[in-house]
Amino acid sequence: MESCPSVKNILLLDSEGNRVAVKYYSDDWPTNSSKEAFEKSVFTKTQKTNARTEAEIAMFENNIVIYKFAQDLHFFVTGGDDENELIISTVLQGFFDAVGLLLRGNVDKKEALENLDLILLCLDEIVDGGIILETDANVIAGKVASHSVDSGAPLSEQTISQALATAREHLTRSLLNV
Amino acid sequence: MAQFVKKDDDRDEEAEYSPFLGIEKGAVLQDARVFNDPQLDSRRCSQVITKLLYLLNQGETFTKVEATEVFFAVTKLFQSKDIGLRRMVYLIIKELSPSSDEVIIVTSSLMKDMNSKTDVYRANAIRVLCRITDGTLLTQIERYLKQAIVDKNPVVASAALVSGIHLLQTNPEIVKRWSNEVQEAVQSRAALVQFHALALLHQIRQNDRLAVSKLVTSLTRGTVRSPLAQCLLIRYASQVIRESSMNNQSGDRPFYDYLEGCLRHKAEMVIFEAARAITELNGVTSRELTPAITVLQLFLSSSKPVLRFAAVRTLNKVAMTHPMAVTNCNIDMESLISDQNRSIATLAITSLLKTGNESGVDRLMKQITNFMSDIADEFKIVVVDAIRSLCLKFPLKYRSLMNFLSNILREEGGFEYKKAIVDSIVILIRDIPDAKESGLLHLCEFIEDCEFTYLSTQILHFLGVEGPKTSDPSKYIRYIYNRVILENATVRASAVSTLAKFGAMVDSLKPRIFILLRRCLYDNDDEVRDRATLYLNTLGGDGSVVETEKDVKDFLFGSLDIPLVNLETSLKNYEPTEEHFDISSVPKEVKSQPLAEKKSAGKKPTALGAPPAAPTSTVDAYEKLLSSIPEFSTFGQLFKSSAPVELTEAETEYAVNVVKHIFDKHVVFQYNCTNTIPEQLLENVVVVVDASEAEEFAEVATKPLKALPYDTPGQTFVAFEKPEGVPAVGRFSNVLKFIVKEVDPSTGEAEEDGVEDEYQLEDSEIVAADYMLKVGVSNFRNAWESLGPDFERIDEYGLGPRESLSEAVNAVVNLLGMQPCEGTEVVAANSRSHSCLLSGVYIGNVKVLVRLSFGVDSSKEVAMKLAVRSEDESVSDAIHEIVAN
Repeated sequence: MESCPSVKNILLLDSEGNRVAVKYYSDDWPTNSSKEAFEKSVFTKTQKTNARTEAEIAMFENNIVIYKFAQDLHFFVTGGDDENELIISTVLQGFFDAVGLLLRGNVDKKEALENLDLILLCLDEIVDGGIILETDANVIAGKVASHSVDSGAPLSEQTISQALATAREHLTRSLLNV
Repeated sequence: MAQFVKKDDDRDEEAEYSPFLGIEKGAVLQDARVFNDPQLDSRRCSQVITKLLYLLNQGETFTKVEATEVFFAVTKLFQSKDIGLRRMVYLIIKELSPSSDEVIIVTSSLMKDMNSKTDVYRANAIRVLCRITDGTLLTQIERYLKQAIVDKNPVVASAALVSGIHLLQTNPEIVKRWSNEVQEAVQSRAALVQFHALALLHQIRQNDRLAVSKLVTSLTRGTVRSPLAQCLLIRYASQVIRESSMNNQSGDRPFYDYLEGCLRHKAEMVIFEAARAITELNGVTSRELTPAITVLQLFLSSSKPVLRFAAVRTLNKVAMTHPMAVTNCNIDMESLISDQNRSIATLAITSLLKTGNESGVDRLMKQITNFMSDIADEFKIVVVDAIRSLCLKFPLKYRSLMNFLSNILREEGGFEYKKAIVDSIVILIRDIPDAKESGLLHLCEFIEDCEFTYLSTQILHFLGVEGPKTSDPSKYIRYIYNRVILENATVRASAVSTLAKFGAMVDSLKPRIFILLRRCLYDNDDEVRDRATLYLNTLGGDGSVVETEKDVKDFLFGSLDIPLVNLETSLKNYEPTEEHFDISSVPKEVKSQPLAEKKSAGKKPTALGAPPAAPTSTVDAYEKLLSSIPEFSTFGQLFKSSAPVELTEAETEYAVNVVKHIFDKHVVFQYNCTNTIPEQLLENVVVVVDASEAEEFAEVATKPLKALPYDTPGQTFVAFEKPEGVPAVGRFSNVLKFIVKEVDPSTGEAEEDGVEDEYQLEDSEIVAADYMLKVGVSNFRNAWESLGPDFERIDEYGLGPRESLSEAVNAVVNLLGMQPCEGTEVVAANSRSHSCLLSGVYIGNVKVLVRLSFGVDSSKEVAMKLAVRSEDESVSDAIHEIVAN
């Protein structure tokens, strides 16, 4: 318990349980097949639950998994058995909201695959080797978007604060759309 | 490739979806050639990297050659000034995890980025470099990393700190040098920098308790900005509390006020972390618990499932140790039984079962019955366990609980679940006499239609033990014989044994049982036929109603008091000769493996005189060793070998420990010696033992050790004679004598002439516990009843003031050297009384059972009642003498 809070994996699956983007930080699943088996069991067991308005939680193989769905995308964050559930939940919320900002509110599989580079960078900005780097969705999206190839303005001219402004704008828009 | 094939199948559906449709590794690797173009198209390059990352993410693997090729091509992209592309380059380098000779290629580029003016470059280059680097390179970049830790850009500082946390695992000595910078970063105004710095600083200092304590003291007074850092601090504070409470038993808890303050923090994660920390405090009082329970209770009615789950999970744990503290939450818990989230509902139910009172049981059971059908097996097991403990708490309610168990036993379920139910019923039958008949019938009905061989045999065995003692044993026969007709060979064989048990125990049933057993003689399985034949012959199957002799019963159904592992090794070692295998030659010592491992782990490897043989084989190894020495071969059967006792301090010139071997008329000391001086060779090593304080012992033989070179353990032995069968005790002083010869370390040659020298060792002792073998019994109550009160001796003792109850229990258990049974050596925290069950075999192969009852008063005075039963009056008295002295 003296250890630093840690994340074991972050999964983004589609509505059939296929990978969109996943990132593992622990050795609990050493092979690709064990990873796929974990994803499958997590997906099937959570599939029927309603995790669209609030994040839900379940336990698998001595791990806690917190998850949330949007359209045909399923977001999961896994932590150890004795991890503080609310910390893991904060990571999930950060990831979920950042993806929402980066995809400009169009959170679905098509959009996610078309902007896979952003999703991967987003994962990279949230957790580094299991240690939480950042949980604030605006900051995460800001860091990712400011480096984006396709952000319209010449990159050198766009500062982080500008990116943040765009991100916020997207957020409001996505909120209005809901 | 499977998924690509699959994608082709439902092309119609996905055609509009994926930009990666029909993607192929070979083609993408071809595309990667654009990295080599003189005019870089950064947009196109980014797309190719994304494709490569997509492939890796889908579980595709690159061969060594492919990975190297991609890696080298990617390194070309450092020429581009495009920030977005650079970020993708960083990402793919991390994913490719290049080998150390390849790392060199990118090192200079990354080091340039580390010192770039662009914060994004600096932060990412640090993370990439630290991920792929090895120790040698690390010293080169250490200077930059130290700077980065105190960089004014929080992203850069965090990157360096997090990398430090990872590097601490591989290169602790380097990272430890950064503690000044890390300390400065702890004071950072940026929330996450503070979090990362605190995590790293604590890991650097985690072995220094004083430093951790100071760190916590200073930070709990100051301001910690990030909720994550606050959570860390709570964890560290509870660590300090845990360690300090070991030192001062009475005083108030140092950081409790801080923890309680955190319950009013604005971030939920901090509140929860603090509440959880409070509930997990050692020996937490109900006054300390109350504020934590109150905030958790609020969480129970939150709209967020995660909060409800976290709260109910923690309360569930509290309910195990402090059920009264949780009762206030019962109303909120009851509303959670119908929670959408089944995990929450299950946890709520089991908490209620633990805290509920007798009157609420029936109502609760009704609610659970509705709910059982739609939860997963693993939750059902949790519920079954909770019901079992509830039943033991309220024995009067056994009827409704037993009904519930038998109902769920009939429904569908996996093996683990069914096993949990059967185990629960078995325990209820054992502990609640009224429940026996109905419980046995439920089990009988279950085996009529049970798909699990293991459970069938377990139940049949249990029926054989309990069935004959019921008022009407004949009604079980039908169920058992049905198994012989319907089941597989394993179940049939155990059904035959069970039938025979009924036959042996219930004389009136005998003729009928024999008829059934005779039918089994024609079974098509060997084991079944063999068993039937054995039972028919030994029980006197000639049809006459005869009283079965006690010997026969013991032989057939008595418990085997030898650990099966030991029997197995003895049988393996047995070579077919004229002499028959003698079961009494099998050692009875139970090896407590984890304990032995713990002990040897604590020692310095060189201080271990004897080769650290696996604990399971030590007794056999000792026996072989001793019987191979002619002087000791006449001593007969080895009764017990003690664990090694150190006779020297750690890290002295010569490390010696002693193993005591107890025989019927003799005691042999085996001295395991290790010479830790490379420049010395010891010859003619003996231990001179002065037994003047051990009057009943007379030295009969010594076996010196010819030579003891550096770091090669050797043994010398001394044997004593003692009165036969008498547990003589005494104290022996030991002096190591030898001839020492100088050794030239370069050649390893010893000089011709040596000097006589001696070395004082610590005293060794033979104590009463040396005559006691740790032999466990599976069912203490049965064993206790079967020994009978003939040689029972009961007395009471005052143990004086003790540090704690568990310390007193341990002391008595160690003094007697007996095996604690049924986990009774563990004393619940804060309990005022405890009973402990011990079993063992005393020298002369006398079985001994001990019941200890302890009580402690407010001044920590411990009183003990000791009840001994054994097969021999004098042994019972001897046990009391051990304690009395």
